[in-house]
Amino acid sequence: MSEFMDIITASNLTYGQKLIHLAQAAENCEHPIPTTPEFDWFFERDAICDMHEGNAPYRPRYICCDMERFARQGSDFLRLDAPDNLDDLLMNLQILYQNVPSVTGRPVYVGQLDRVFDPFLDGLSDEEILPRFKRFLNYIDRTVASGYCHANLGPEDTRAGRLLLQADAEVQNAVPNFTLKYEEGITPDDFARLALKTSMACANPAYANHRMHKHTYAAPVDGPADGYTVVSCYNVLPVRGGAYCLDRVKLSQLADLATSPEHLLNELLPNATGALLEYMDARIKFLVEDSNFFQTSFLVREGLIDRERFVGMFGMIGMHECIEKLLGPNHVYGTDPEANDLADQIMTKMTDQVQAWSAPYSEIADGHYLMHAQAGFGDQTSSTPGVRIRVGSEPEVFFDHIRHCARMHRFFKAGVSDIFPVEPTAANNVDALLDVVKGAFAIDDTYLSFYPSDSDLVRITGFLVKRSEMEKFARGEAVLADTSHDGEGNWRANNLANRKVRLG
Amino acid sequence: MSGRLSLHPRRTLRRQAFMRQLASPRLECPCSKNWVFNMSIADSLTAPVNKIIPFSLVDGPGSRTSVFLQGCNIACAYCHNPETQNLCIGCGTCVEQCPAGALTLSDGVVAWDKSACVQCDTCIHVCPHKASPKIEQLTPHEVFDIVHSYQPFIRGITVSGGECTLHPEWMRELFALCREVGLGTLIDSNGCVPLWEHEDLLEVADGVMLDVKAWNPAVFARLTGGDAETVKRNLAFLAERDKIEELRIVVVPGWNDPEQTIAGIARVLGDKVATTKLKLIRFRRFGVVGTLADAASPTDERMAELEKLARDTGFSQVELR
Ligand code: SF4
Ligand code: SF4
Repeated sequence: MSEFMDIITASNLTYGQKLIHLAQAAENCEHPIPTTPEFDWFFERDAICDMHEGNAPYRPRYICCDMERFARQGSDFLRLDAPDNLDDLLMNLQILYQNVPSVTGRPVYVGQLDRVFDPFLDGLSDEEILPRFKRFLNYIDRTVASGYCHANLGPEDTRAGRLLLQADAEVQNAVPNFTLKYEEGITPDDFARLALKTSMACANPAYANHRMHKHTYAAPVDGPADGYTVVSCYNVLPVRGGAYCLDRVKLSQLADLATSPEHLLNELLPNATGALLEYMDARIKFLVEDSNFFQTSFLVREGLIDRERFVGMFGMIGMHECIEKLLGPNHVYGTDPEANDLADQIMTKMTDQVQAWSAPYSEIADGHYLMHAQAGFGDQTSSTPGVRIRVGSEPEVFFDHIRHCARMHRFFKAGVSDIFPVEPTAANNVDALLDVVKGAFAIDDTYLSFYPSDSDLVRITGFLVKRSEMEKFARGEAVLADTSHDGEGNWRANNLANRKVRLG
Repeated sequence: MSGRLSLHPRRTLRRQAFMRQLASPRLECPCSKNWVFNMSIADSLTAPVNKIIPFSLVDGPGSRTSVFLQGCNIACAYCHNPETQNLCIGCGTCVEQCPAGALTLSDGVVAWDKSACVQCDTCIHVCPHKASPKIEQLTPHEVFDIVHSYQPFIRGITVSGGECTLHPEWMRELFALCREVGLGTLIDSNGCVPLWEHEDLLEVADGVMLDVKAWNPAVFARLTGGDAETVKRNLAFLAERDKIEELRIVVVPGWNDPEQTIAGIARVLGDKVATTKLKLIRFRRFGVVGTLADAASPTDERMAELEKLARDTGFSQVELR
C-alpha cells in the first residue's frame, strides 16, 4: 500500500488526524528547497534533522498572535467586531483559533490569557466567570487537541489569572499547556502558591524565569511590554511573531561519526552546524519569498503578527548520549565534571557558530538564529531531549540537578526546559516548591515544570498527555489528541515513568 | 588502621575520642545535661550525625534541610526510627553481618566506610541496642558547609533526632553560622531536655517544633519512659518566649490521652492558643518495632473528632497528618 493508502485506511487515526497526515504526505511530494551535499551527508546519517516540518513550508512553524490586540480590535477578515463583553471575546477567540496555522495545523499559542481576559471581567462575579472559563478551556482541549498548544500567565497577579488557574485545576485537561511567567518581587508569593497548588493538581502551569526572558525580544509597538511568549515545548518566541522553523543537530548521532572528542569538536560539529544553517536559510527564504504566506495572511494585514518578529530556531538534542559515546560509561553526563565540561565546550562552540551566522529575515533577533534545546518527539530512543540528563542518571540531590540545568540553560535564548515529577505530598507544602522555583531562578535557571508523580496528566517532552489516553492508543484505539501518539511512544521508549521523583 | 577503615581519618580519631568519653560513667545518664561534653575548643565540638536530608517537605515551613542527630533521651513505644535512639556501644554484632565489609571494629569502636556501604540497613536490623554504626561525628562547621551548599534552594534547616537538644552548644554554633547567611533555624524536640537552661540556643533558633506526647504523667511515662513535667515546663517557657513553631500530638489508640493533652496545652498557652499551630498526627505502624509493631492507626472519625475538639478549644491552625 502507498503511504497515502496507509493513512486513509488506518484504524487508529481520527478523521481530522488523517486529514493532517494526508496534507503532510502531499506536501512532501514536492522538493522546492535545495540542499547541499554536506547537508545530505549528515541528514542521511540522521545527525541533522528537519523535524519533519514538511518539504515545502507554506506557513511558519509557530505563530504567536498578539491576542491582546485582537481582543481590542476584532477582525475585518473574520467579520468580528471588537468585543465589548466577555462572551463576545470568548467567541471571537474561538473563531480566530480556527484560522491560525502552525506546523501542527492548529494554533500552538492561544494567548497570554490573563491579560486578554482581565479587562473584560468588570461587573461579573467569579461564579459567572468560572463556568465560562471552563467551557472555553474545554473548547480548546477538544478542538485544538494538541499538547503543543500553549497559554501564558503572569508575572502579575490578576483576577483573570487566578480564575484561569482555578478553572484549569477543575477541568483537568492536557490542552492548553500553561506557562506562568514568574519573577520574584513582581509575582506575589500568594499568587505563585496558587499556581503551584494548581501544578500539583493538574501538572499546569510550568514556570518561566521572567527576569531572564523579558529582555530577549523588543516589545512590539503598542503591544505587551515583555515582548516574548512561551509556546509548544517551551519555545521562547516573540509575541506578535513566532518561529519560521526549527531544525536540529542530533549530537547523539553526530557522536557516532566521531573518532574522538576533538574530531567532533573541530570537524563534525562545525560542518554539521554549517550545513544546517545553510539549510535554514533556504527554508526561510522559500517561506518568506515564495510561499506567499506573509503576503496574503490576514494575520499580517491586521497586525496580529509581523513578519519582522519571526525567528529561526536552531535546535540541538541528545547531549547525554553524545557525551556517553565520546567519553565512555565512566563519565556520566550530569554528574561527572569532565563530562559536563565537554558538554559546555560543545555548546559554546555550536552557539558561537550560530551567533556568528548572519540569518535572513531575522530582524527581531539582530540578524541571527536563536538556540533552542529541542525536547524531542515520537518514540526516539537514542536521544535525550536537548541538554537534559537521561532518565536514570539524574544526580542524587535535586539541587545538584537544578544547578546542572542552570549551567546549561545559559546557551538557549529560544527556550530550554526541565521536567521534574515530584512527590504528591508536596501539595501540602507548596512553599517548599516555591523555594525551589526561587532558588532555581536566582541561579539563572530559565524554565522548569513539575507534575505530581501519581498524576494522570504527565509531561512527555514538555507537552502534557493523559496516561489513560496513551494507554488507549497503545491498545490500538483512536484518541482525540494526537500528542497522545507522540507521548505513548516517547513515554515507553525513554523510560519516562522512571524519572527520578523529586522532593521525596 | 587500614585504608578502608574510614573515609576520613580525622573523623575516625574524633569518633574514637568521643566513644571513650561516652563510655565514662559521668555520662551514663542521657537525660542529664552532662550529656554534653565540655569541649574547650569550640571547633572540635562534634555531634553524632545520623543523616542529612537535603530537601524535606515535612520538617517545617518551606524547603528545608533536615539534620538528624543520633541518640535520644526517651524511648517511645511508637518510635519510627528506633535505630536512632542510642549510640553504638561497639558490641560488634553488626560488623560480622555487614555484606559489604563496610564495618570494622577496632579498639571497641566501630568504623563505617561510607564509600563501601551499600545501604542495605542489615546493621540497623541486627543491632540489639537500637543504635546504628552509620554515624558521622561532625563539627558544626562541617554540617554548615553541607547545608550552606543547598542555598538558595532552602529557606532553612531543621535539626531533629534522636533528640537534638542533647547537643545544645553544638546546635547553637551551627545555628549561629546558619543565621549569618540567612538560613532559618528550627529545632525539632521531644521537650524532655530543660530548654530553659539553654537560652543562648533559643536566641539563635527561629522556633521549636515540640512534641507533646501525652499529658498525664503516668501515661507519658508508660509511652516514653520520660517525664511529662519537663515537657510542660518547656511548653510554658517556649510559649512565653514566642518560640513555638508548632506543637504535635501523635494519636496512638490506647496509649495516650489526646483530649487531656489538647486541653492541657490550651491551659498553658492561654491567649496564644489561637496563633499556635497544632498538628494531630495519626500513629502509623510503619517502621515501628516492639509492642506497637502491629497496633492499629486511629480511624478517620477519631481524628476528625480530635480536630473538632482542638478547634472548639481555641486552636485555629489545626492540621491532620
Ligand atoms: S547498611 Fe550497614 S550492613 Fe549494609 S552495607 Fe552499610 S554498613 Fe554494611
Ligand atoms: S551499631 Fe549496634 S550492633 Fe553495631 S556495634 Fe554498635 S551497638 Fe553493636
